[in-house]
Amino acid sequence: SKFTQQELPACKPILTPKWVITAFTIVGIIFIPIGIASLSASNDVVEIVDRYETACIPEDSSGSKDAKIRFIQGNSSKTCNRTLTVPKHMKNPIYVYYQLDNFYQNHRRYVKSRNDQQLRSNDSASETDGCKPEAEANGQPIVPCGLIAWSLFNDTYNFQKNNAQLAVKKKGISWKSDRDHKFGKDVYPKNFQQGSLIGGASLNESYPLSDQEDLIVWMRTAALPTFRKLYGKIEVDLEANDVIQVTLENRYNTYSFNGKKKLVLSTTTWLGGKNDFLGIAYLAVGGLCLFLALSFTGIYFVKPR
Amino acid sequence: MSGEGHHRRRIKFSKIYSYLCTRPKAEEGHSQIGQKGFSRVVYCNDCDYQEAVQSSYSGNYVSTTKYTVVNFIPKSLFEQFRRVANIYFLVVACASFSPLAPYKAVSVIVPLIVVIGATMAKEGAEDWRRRKQDVEANNRTVQVYDCNSHSFQETKWKRLRVSDIVKIFKDDYFPADIVLLSSSYEDGICYVDTKNLDGETNLKLKHALEVTSSLNDDDSFRKFEAVIKCEDPNDNLYSFIGTLCYNHEPYTLSLQQLLLRDSKLRNTEFVYGAVVFTGHDTKVMQNAVDPPSKRSTIERRMDKIIYILFSMLVFISLIGSVYFGLGTKKDISAGKMRRWYLRPDDTTVLYDPNRALLAAFLHFLTGLMLYGYLIPISLYVSIEIVKVLQAIFINQDQEMYYEETDKPAHAHTSNLNEELGQVDTILSDKTGTLTCNSMEFVKCSIAGIPYGRGVTEVERALARREGKKLPEEDDDSSDLLENKGDQMESVRAVKGFNFRDERLMNGQWVEEPNSDLIQKFFKVLAICHTVVPDADKETGEISYEAESPDEAAFVIAARELGFIFFERTQTSISLHEIDPNSGKTIVRVYNLLHVLEFSSSRKRMSVIVRTPENQLLLLCKGADSVMFERLSKNGRAFEAKTKEHIKRYAESGLRTLVIAYRELDEKEYKTWEVGFLKAKTSVTADRDALVDAAADKIEREMILVGATAVEDKLQKGVPECIDKLAKAGISIWVLTGDKMETAINIGYACSLLRQGMKQIVISLDSPDIVALEKRGNKEEIAMASSDSVAKQLREGKDQLGLSKKGSDSFALIIDGKSLTFALTKNLEKSFLELAINCSSVICCRSSPKQKALVTRLVKLGTGKTTLAIGDGANDVGMLQEADIGVGISGVEGMQAAMSSDYQIAQFRYLDRLLLVHGHWCYRRISMMICYFFYKNIAFGFTLFWFESHASFSGAAAYNDWYMSFYNVFFTSLPVIALGVFEQDVSAQLCLEYPFLYLEGVQNILFNWFRILGWMCNGVISSIIIFFFTTKSIASQAFRKDGQVVDFEILGATMYTCVVWAVNCQMALSSNYFTWIQHLFIWGSIAFWYIFLLVYGYLSPTVSTTAYMVLTEACSPSPLFWLMTPVVVVSTLLPYIIYRAFQTQFWPMYHDIIQQRRAPSIETEPASFTAIKQKTRKPRVKLMDRVIKFNISPFYFKLT
Repeated sequence: SKFTQQELPACKPILTPKWVITAFTIVGIIFIPIGIASLSASNDVVEIVDRYETACIPEDSSGSKDAKIRFIQGNSSKTCNRTLTVPKHMKNPIYVYYQLDNFYQNHRRYVKSRNDQQLRSNDSASETDGCKPEAEANGQPIVPCGLIAWSLFNDTYNFQKNNAQLAVKKKGISWKSDRDHKFGKDVYPKNFQQGSLIGGASLNESYPLSDQEDLIVWMRTAALPTFRKLYGKIEVDLEANDVIQVTLENRYNTYSFNGKKKLVLSTTTWLGGKNDFLGIAYLAVGGLCLFLALSFTGIYFVKPR
Repeated sequence: MSGEGHHRRRIKFSKIYSYLCTRPKAEEGHSQIGQKGFSRVVYCNDCDYQEAVQSSYSGNYVSTTKYTVVNFIPKSLFEQFRRVANIYFLVVACASFSPLAPYKAVSVIVPLIVVIGATMAKEGAEDWRRRKQDVEANNRTVQVYDCNSHSFQETKWKRLRVSDIVKIFKDDYFPADIVLLSSSYEDGICYVDTKNLDGETNLKLKHALEVTSSLNDDDSFRKFEAVIKCEDPNDNLYSFIGTLCYNHEPYTLSLQQLLLRDSKLRNTEFVYGAVVFTGHDTKVMQNAVDPPSKRSTIERRMDKIIYILFSMLVFISLIGSVYFGLGTKKDISAGKMRRWYLRPDDTTVLYDPNRALLAAFLHFLTGLMLYGYLIPISLYVSIEIVKVLQAIFINQDQEMYYEETDKPAHAHTSNLNEELGQVDTILSDKTGTLTCNSMEFVKCSIAGIPYGRGVTEVERALARREGKKLPEEDDDSSDLLENKGDQMESVRAVKGFNFRDERLMNGQWVEEPNSDLIQKFFKVLAICHTVVPDADKETGEISYEAESPDEAAFVIAARELGFIFFERTQTSISLHEIDPNSGKTIVRVYNLLHVLEFSSSRKRMSVIVRTPENQLLLLCKGADSVMFERLSKNGRAFEAKTKEHIKRYAESGLRTLVIAYRELDEKEYKTWEVGFLKAKTSVTADRDALVDAAADKIEREMILVGATAVEDKLQKGVPECIDKLAKAGISIWVLTGDKMETAINIGYACSLLRQGMKQIVISLDSPDIVALEKRGNKEEIAMASSDSVAKQLREGKDQLGLSKKGSDSFALIIDGKSLTFALTKNLEKSFLELAINCSSVICCRSSPKQKALVTRLVKLGTGKTTLAIGDGANDVGMLQEADIGVGISGVEGMQAAMSSDYQIAQFRYLDRLLLVHGHWCYRRISMMICYFFYKNIAFGFTLFWFESHASFSGAAAYNDWYMSFYNVFFTSLPVIALGVFEQDVSAQLCLEYPFLYLEGVQNILFNWFRILGWMCNGVISSIIIFFFTTKSIASQAFRKDGQVVDFEILGATMYTCVVWAVNCQMALSSNYFTWIQHLFIWGSIAFWYIFLLVYGYLSPTVSTTAYMVLTEACSPSPLFWLMTPVVVVSTLLPYIIYRAFQTQFWPMYHDIIQQRRAPSIETEPASFTAIKQKTRKPRVKLMDRVIKFNISPFYFKLT
């Protein structure tokens, strides 16, 4: 048969000059508009970034790293006021993120330090495999156990515009699949943050885990050491030059590992948040292809095969 | 037939044969019997086997398998784990159960078991086939004397013991090495066919000792008892030293009495013999080299690449663990925790800052496992699969199917497919490989007139090369002749006879001017020979059994022209011949007085007969070099013309003999006979010389009649095939057991040797050496021979050096004896140097062992790939020694074919096997391996880059199952499709442009530049994939609803880009797309999405990080979809830019041909020639390259 004789009908693409030039041109022509569209989408995004971890330390504690750590672990008031100015009109919903830096949520020990069974159902509440050293407190299993939950982010933000409270909606900031399938409706926090060392936030034991959206968001570990996590949504428009008062509780210790903390308010477009990289990449690759097409045309013109 | 048998029995050949049947002089070494190396004692007919048991000689069971049932599992496992990569994976699999592992143990163990299991199954199947053959041989039966029943009983070969008495019948193989005791002939002679041992087709005469030759019926063994003392088992086929003690008298045994296993009894009803060597002790088995497991060059280089990858793996793991160690150590300083969220104060040893060094070391192990994806585990198994499929294609190829014998090509091993594409030197057997091994009488010159209109292969080849018409077509009457010829052929095609000339055929010769000489000529052919006729009683047809096919051809020619030799008795030869006067057929009986046999030193043969008219005639045929000087003055009438014809015949590749006769007068004969008989019966050491001298006296003053020309018919298509192979840059050596003259003739016939080529002949036939040999001092002979060979080698090199300026091409011809010395340690280098500078090399008279040694010398000396091709069992050593052994499944049994790696039916299929399949397979495998490394590096390095952003903690960027399916589902099928189907150019073009093959010989597709290039490409791709992905979805919201990218989404996105990139890269580097490729490549990509979808729908306990990742998170995001194209195009750019520049400025051979061929698909055939002419240009370019790369000079001699 044709198959065994290796004579199946086949197309045999050959790298002819024509083919090369055409391919490069087509790629260039397609990529450049995409690049422009992406760039413009990125430009449409209004983003406010406020780095506060240094500013929110009282001056007497801001001397050394040790002093900062002492402050953050101490009992003094951690309330801090920040003022943000809206540069452009921001259309709702406006997403509120906190951004951590140099925080290795992707560390192997950290990533593994959780127990999915325990999170899902009450029946396996005592399952704490892999959660050490945050598996048990006073001989009782911790729910939710593990380092991730234990180190839950606990800074809080309060927004005011013109002395009026800006509501931050905390519902629906996590993935629906997480709420429905990974965090049980009948699993309530138990023995959480009862150990010798307190990590991050505590949980309200009267809500099931599926309602603890901050925890759910936090437990979706970040891929890179610099990451944003959704804090909430502001569902009103903000006008240009609006001044927003932020009252924040600066509780989370990033000082011991020199991490930054940022508060981010951002709108989105069809492409998401603000990032020019993709647009530039498209433009660069498209441009390079066009350039190559041109130069190959030149080469073939000068030195035909 | 019984009558015939009795008739035979009466013949005592020893009476008429002057040389062979005489008692040989005692060989050296008999004094050593009983000492070391000569300790074997055989008590023949030892009924109780007592002595045999004592001496515990091995049985006759022969096993050629690699494994036995018991050792299969451990041994094959051991074989498997000789591959470094497999050991690595085993260690990883074991380690993956420990907490060190970055992934689950199952995901490593399953692929490993699959890989090892598949390979072991393959090994087992191959060995099973070998075992079946052994069983077949071991269960053949032979008649063995049974002391209890006093009769011969059928016994299986494997039960045969040393000291058994066996009876072997006509056309049976000898089951072991046997000392001949007696035969059906009274004087105890028998004929033996040793084709399987040395490839020689002539029958060998063996004869029993006189004392035992009377034991010629079954009963005589009742009281027979004898003791044989002889040498220990050894591999020398050409010597045997022993004594037979019979009736308390010692008798000397020599090779004359030894019948070797694997040779065959011919022309003799039966023989009796005593078994001396059995099973693996037999000389044949001792000659057999252990079947080696052959590995191709590519595979060996692949191992090196694996080592490189290992070092890379170790290196990056080391970097990782150093960073990890430092990072971990800093986690606690002065009692303060840095990354408190990791709880460094309460941790396991893996992350313990206080034992950072140990943690770093353990992390190093983790790294070795994690980056293990750099080492493609599925590479070996994929290659095995691909090679098996390639082998199936070879087996199925219709173009290599030989209808006449219903034999397709067959690949016995699939390990060497790609090696077929890299052959540098072909070492070929001659008989049965290049030739059909049948002689045909084609032409003759009688009385200065040439007869015979046949066209030889060589003439055809010449005519083709010069673009001329065939000579016969110039003839006016060619049409008529052809018609006649056709008619003749349609009437009957006679084997060994291809003579077409209406002037002589059908009795027309009587009309010719020199009809008396013509008659003489054919009489000589019909009388002067040693052939035995065998008449079929029913049909009356006569067939002949000859010592050599040449003689058979002569007798057949004489028969076809009306001189029918039909009976030989001890003293007479009878012919049916046509009386030229009456035109009737009459019977004439010639009295045979003496046969002066052919020997390589005499180069002639004569018979002295008395005609019915009582006339004494000496009829002689011989080589022209000795015949012309023996002619009488008045017998030289046609000398000049005959010489001219002989020259022309030789140029046409025919073997020629001069025919002459002499009329003797009674007185002269009588005086001569007295002297001759005296010489013959003398018992001095120089008896042979005396006989020679005596014979010489009568073979003079002869009258020239003419010359014969016999063609050793080449197999169909051999010259063309050799021509093509030569153009492909392959040099061809012919190693043959044949005589030098024959070998040279064939060299001409198959265009290995050409007119104008200078021949460097190295032989030890010089008089002083011969003289030394007579004196018989072994050491002296060895010394002198060695010196002589060394001198000849030096001279040869000087000749080569001299002509460096000129354009002469050289051919080296060396005989077996010289070869023995040329292959010694101190000379082999200069021999090799000389040989590889010659266009063609012919080694004649070489033994199987020598063939293997030459092969090894070429293989090791040049370091290039060698291919040996042969058809006889004598070629087995060579086939096994060479990198690739190709067996021809021809007439000479199946041994060669079975022990070969590839089996083809005809030599001419070799060009397709090499130029098409070899080229493709080489290309496929090398591309496949390069691509494998590419895809695994591209993947493995993304893991590394991710690590560098995860403080080298050993967290994998992807879900466990993404990773273990990477090599199995998402990238493997397209590679396999590439390995199986890829074609750079079509089969037809491969054959049309043999120089494409140089890509393989020069290893262009698998050189380090290319391999490292692909590796770099892999690294670049990984960088592009990782950084483009992370940068473009770094931390901002990646969809409209504000969600950001997390660990799971980044993994899926990056993996998507990897799958796309490697598959598109494959599509780009592939030259050939059938629906299968399309299906596999695009199917793999589609399958990834499907997998992600399905896997994501499984319960989160199974899918963990992949839960709903595509449906919920990725697919609604335009960013996810937009990122893939830009990343993929960017990864492809480096390769495509490189290729575009390369095809423009430094095109490879296949690029050129693809380019040239591309337009011709659209254009009309008229422009085809123009395109062809254009392609001449690259050929010239190529020649430069050939010189540069120091490829065999043979190549451009032909172009």
